[in-house]
Amino acid sequence: MDTTTEIILMFVKAFIVGGIICSIAQLLINYTKITPGKILVYFLLAGVFLQAVGVYRYLVDFAGAGATVPISGFGYLLAKGAIEGAKKGLFGALTGGIVSAAAGITAAILFGYIFALIFKPKSKRN
Amino acid sequence: MADAKNSTVNKAYISFVSEISPRTNERRSLFNAFAVGGFICVIGQFLRYILQFMFSLEGDELAGAVSMILIFLSAFLTGIGVYDRIGKYAGGGSIVPITGFANSVVAPAMEFKSEGFVYGLAAKMFIIAGPIIVFGVVSSVAVGLIYYIAGLF
Repeated sequence: MDTTTEIILMFVKAFIVGGIICSIAQLLINYTKITPGKILVYFLLAGVFLQAVGVYRYLVDFAGAGATVPISGFGYLLAKGAIEGAKKGLFGALTGGIVSAAAGITAAILFGYIFALIFKPKSKRN
Repeated sequence: MADAKNSTVNKAYISFVSEISPRTNERRSLFNAFAVGGFICVIGQFLRYILQFMFSLEGDELAGAVSMILIFLSAFLTGIGVYDRIGKYAGGGSIVPITGFANSVVAPAMEFKSEGFVYGLAAKMFIIAGPIIVFGVVSSVAVGLIYYIAGLF
């Protein structure tokens, strides 16, 4: 299989896997009373758990951004960092998760702060 | 007695409300969530390839850079009011990707700016992001400790 086909296939896999993960969230929104904030927490914990038992990385290998872009991918990153840190010692076990998730957390707080300063809330449109 | 009466009234009220409240088209909303969520992941994959081939990033650095760019874009789109309009249409498709996490930081921060920069903007940023960070830290430490202890034997 040449590189172009491989890249196109990867986009398709990212679309399908990412879409399925988001559809599960939509099912929860439609058929249960779970609020979006809780859905984010559950998906994060699902990602942490699935990587802790060593499964989520196969999904990442298979679907690339389709598995890393959803919030469960953030959980995967936390668990992966913690597991790698644990190999180095107790200190690594405690800090590894946040070290590997540092980029996301820093970006969210930094850009969140800047854009909240710059922009005014929009009036509610219906 | 009073309780029994109340519960019949409540039941009647609940069925009345569910009758008149607009029914969201469930199949349609699922399709929208799938399409928008999938599309955001495709953008992520596109950024991965760009950073990989043009800036030769790899591993954790690549993953981190992709999330930072997506978070930047989403924070900007939330600022100009576009992301919330996508959210109305996409539901879960705009909530679950990392862009939804960024949206949950910027939207309340903007909303509560009028209450001041410390207790308004800076505190309210974490209404939804706070629990995610709390559970993220606690669960990652739990995983790290389990692996550390397992590694001792």
